[in-house]
Amino acid sequence: MEKRLILDTDLLQITINRLVEELIENHKDFQDTVLIGLQPRGVFLAQRIQKRLNQRLNKELPLGLLDTTFYRDDFRRRDIPIKANATDIPFLIEDKKVILIDDVLFTGRTVRAALDAMIAFGRPRLVELLAFIDRKYTRDLPIQPDYVGQRVNTIKTQRVLVEWTDQGAENDKIWLVTKEE
Amino acid sequence: MTNLSVNHLLGIKDLTEEDIQLIFQTADHFKEVINRPIKKVPSLRDITIANIFFENSTRTKLSFELAEKRLSADVVNFSSSNSSVKKGETLLDTVNNILSMKVDMVVMRHSSAGAAHFLSRHINANIVNAGDGTHEHPTQALLDTYSIREQVQDLKGKKVAIIGDILHSRVALSNIYALKKLGAEVMVCGPATLLPKYIGDLGVKISWDVKEALEWCDIANILRIQLERQQLKYFPSLREYSLYYGVNKKLLDSIGKEIIVMHPGPINRGVEISSDVADSKQSIILNQVENGVAIRMAVLYLLAQKRQN
Repeated sequence: MEKRLILDTDLLQITINRLVEELIENHKDFQDTVLIGLQPRGVFLAQRIQKRLNQRLNKELPLGLLDTTFYRDDFRRRDIPIKANATDIPFLIEDKKVILIDDVLFTGRTVRAALDAMIAFGRPRLVELLAFIDRKYTRDLPIQPDYVGQRVNTIKTQRVLVEWTDQGAENDKIWLVTKEE
Repeated sequence: MTNLSVNHLLGIKDLTEEDIQLIFQTADHFKEVINRPIKKVPSLRDITIANIFFENSTRTKLSFELAEKRLSADVVNFSSSNSSVKKGETLLDTVNNILSMKVDMVVMRHSSAGAAHFLSRHINANIVNAGDGTHEHPTQALLDTYSIREQVQDLKGKKVAIIGDILHSRVALSNIYALKKLGAEVMVCGPATLLPKYIGDLGVKISWDVKEALEWCDIANILRIQLERQQLKYFPSLREYSLYYGVNKKLLDSIGKEIIVMHPGPINRGVEISSDVADSKQSIILNQVENGVAIRMAVLYLLAQKRQN
């Protein structure tokens, strides 16, 4: 197994700051905007972004956690059965501008399920997608992010490993893992 | 663990403790789903489920149907009273005919113990036992233990008394299996004529005195007298049963501690339980009904996950 570092701790922080500035540019004071992190792994990134936005705007922005398990179209076709995570959206999304946040955009199926899952909570005015790592050339569906941390060329057999200190890792790091044949 | 160890839900006896915990965890998520503005998820939208009820049922049938519809499954309903069973068709023929219409899962209630087991050996759809005679009623036991867990967090070491007609009850047997697997202590209580002869072999305490049972337990699961299953007279009169085994407020007040009261329904008000107890704060009867939908969604979802494509 070969591991290649894509983003180290410093670069990762700079990237988050840059994404936050891009969001402020488009959403200004975030009056009608809410953040939704995709379970399970997009949540850590969403929390970082929310924290940084709170500092920059000096207010508490709403952050919801969305689980897409029950909306997936492949839940009986996977080798490893998927286990549901909690959905916690303590605010109305009706007529709101929603920013969906996930760490890695790969086939696009999670985002498709997330759009479906989100509609069960109301009809948003606008939905945008923020992906920290956009894996190019691997999409199954026509889904593209509005905000990207970094674009990476990968092949299907490779895996992007995101380590967060919130999960017990020593440092925040993002790796590209290549399995040996 | 992310998958059940079984392909059918025939009884609690076949489940492991991990299976039960997995069903509970999944039900937690579905409980959140059924409290949303839009209570439906598309998980089972390519699955067809037949509800085959050879015996009357209100809440179990409704609860399963609601669970199936909230998972977006296609549902067909069958009840024996207006079917070809009346013309002498066998169980296997009836079900095979239904399966020929490309049904993936079968939820079945039958008056004969073992009917669901029999079916599971002959057809390749996933079977969910919705009650087979006086044998098992696994989803009821799951929703009962899930409802207790909601109140007490962990069932380990908790004392549960099952009071009433144990002999004719499928709920009692499934409950005993489920409670024991989750580490609770169980006592059964009722008139000697309504306690099965070898019930002690299941590792439960036995009492013929309802006051003793209530003093011992943290949770009382009160069962209905199943008059429709009784060919013989097991006790002199309903009035006398109510006098000796009925749970009322006066009796509960006299034991000096607050216990949780449950009942799988339908209730015979004034017989095994009085209205002031059934409708009291310590009663979780309506929570049981709500949890029934979440538990059945979890069971159907997890069984669908086991289906081979």
